[in-house]
Amino acid sequence: MTTNEPNTRNSIRHKHILDLDELNRSDIELIFENTDSMMEVLNRGIRKVPALRGKTIITLFYESSTRTRVSFEQAGKILSADVINVSSDGSSSKKGESLYNTALTLQAMKADAVVIRHQHSGAGYFLAQQMDSTSIINAGDGMHAHPTQSLLDLYTIKKHLGTISSKKVVIVGDLLYSRVARSNLWGLTTMGANIVLCGPKTLLPQDFLDSRLRETNHPFRDIQIEENIDTALEGADVVMTLRLQSERQKAGHLPSLREYSRRFGVTSERLKIAKPNAIIMHPGPMNEGIEIESDVAHGPQSVIESQVTTGVAIRMAVLYDLITGNHSEKES
Amino acid sequence: MSVKKIQTDVQMKRALTRISHEILERNSGAKNLILVGMHSRGVPLAFRIRKLISSYEGQTVDVGSLDIGLYRDDISEKPQATMKPTDISVDINERIVVLVDDVLYTGRSIRAAMDAIKDLGRPSQIQLAVLIDRGHRELPIRADYVGKNVPTSKEEDVKVKLAEVDGLDEVVISSPIT
Repeated sequence: MTTNEPNTRNSIRHKHILDLDELNRSDIELIFENTDSMMEVLNRGIRKVPALRGKTIITLFYESSTRTRVSFEQAGKILSADVINVSSDGSSSKKGESLYNTALTLQAMKADAVVIRHQHSGAGYFLAQQMDSTSIINAGDGMHAHPTQSLLDLYTIKKHLGTISSKKVVIVGDLLYSRVARSNLWGLTTMGANIVLCGPKTLLPQDFLDSRLRETNHPFRDIQIEENIDTALEGADVVMTLRLQSERQKAGHLPSLREYSRRFGVTSERLKIAKPNAIIMHPGPMNEGIEIESDVAHGPQSVIESQVTTGVAIRMAVLYDLITGNHSEKES
Repeated sequence: MSVKKIQTDVQMKRALTRISHEILERNSGAKNLILVGMHSRGVPLAFRIRKLISSYEGQTVDVGSLDIGLYRDDISEKPQATMKPTDISVDINERIVVLVDDVLYTGRSIRAAMDAIKDLGRPSQIQLAVLIDRGHRELPIRADYVGKNVPTSKEEDVKVKLAEVDGLDEVVISSPIT
């Protein structure tokens, strides 16, 4: 290797990944480049590289999750890091330990990265403030953000369509409670997509829609809202469906699941309105027959299964960048 | 900073011609060979050697590319470079792998490359071809094929420029003015 490569930036600017509003386009593209290398590792017979040997990653999950936790664990293990899983059931939080004290304990254990999922929005930010040397990755906080899911969605779009810029992306469903959708709004906006949101009025995120009206240069000023799914899907390149959290019906946001499914469910009939090569995505877990018809979920346009593999590669790239990158000592 | 040219495009061509012949001589032909270029400038060099070999032997040798980002032993000390995917699509078991790089210096990249190759299979041999050997080894590693030996000091920088990447072929050495 030459010792004097041009001094290009080779890690993202941040020590933590809490949401995508902090990453600019070149940060995201850098993660994508490293993800390409990680995909190659995933396709090998022996899926193990020594990149993070001797590093410790702790996953701290206060909320249930299968795919995200397993995906981080697998990512860490393929990179040869030691991965320790802590769930709220088995941790001292059951004994009443505060998140602050848990943070101090993890810091004292010299974890290189902590992956946290928490039911309260902002938990990752709080943890990041307490940490000197540990990187925090937000794996979902309340209804706020889920940046690695969004990165893998963006990467999936880029791989299937070649680019994200100017593609019409329709996000359908429960936008109010979806942290995936919120992170995707930032990521898709940064990458230059044309975003259309579609869902019942009661499940639209009024907070940001209102702030849009107050500010003239709001980053989300160009996002369209469309209540009729058939109109929304016209000419779509990407259809992102979101899980309808059935507890929402009890909260009075929906009259009935059947009505929701009829008005907003993505069916093969409706998919014909989108572009013929449009891809269909879902962050999982799916309610087949409610927000997405089974034929669509497992049909030729679905990239839902490839999203899972991509998820491991994206998390490898994120862990590798945060743990090995040269980031400024403290987050400003 | 003083910059001196230590290899011209013609000299580089002659060096690669000789290396290609040496590879064929040492391995009694092109059979069973696979050239693996190390990112970034080893890759175009590997393709050039393949072209030369096929012009002598009429046989096309497999070429792969290797990124050692995930195998470095100094990731916490130096900022890592953006990785490029490793692309070795053929089976390397029982083949003769010739690693190709532009500059051989401490030998640490080659150590990392051998670890990376080992994860992909078990070649019968691994050989090393470099355009420039500038000395200062920190590991017991040597090259089998060397374009040019250049005595350097550690303060100096050796830069290989290739038409495919930099628009021209030359090797320059730059030393800081003290």
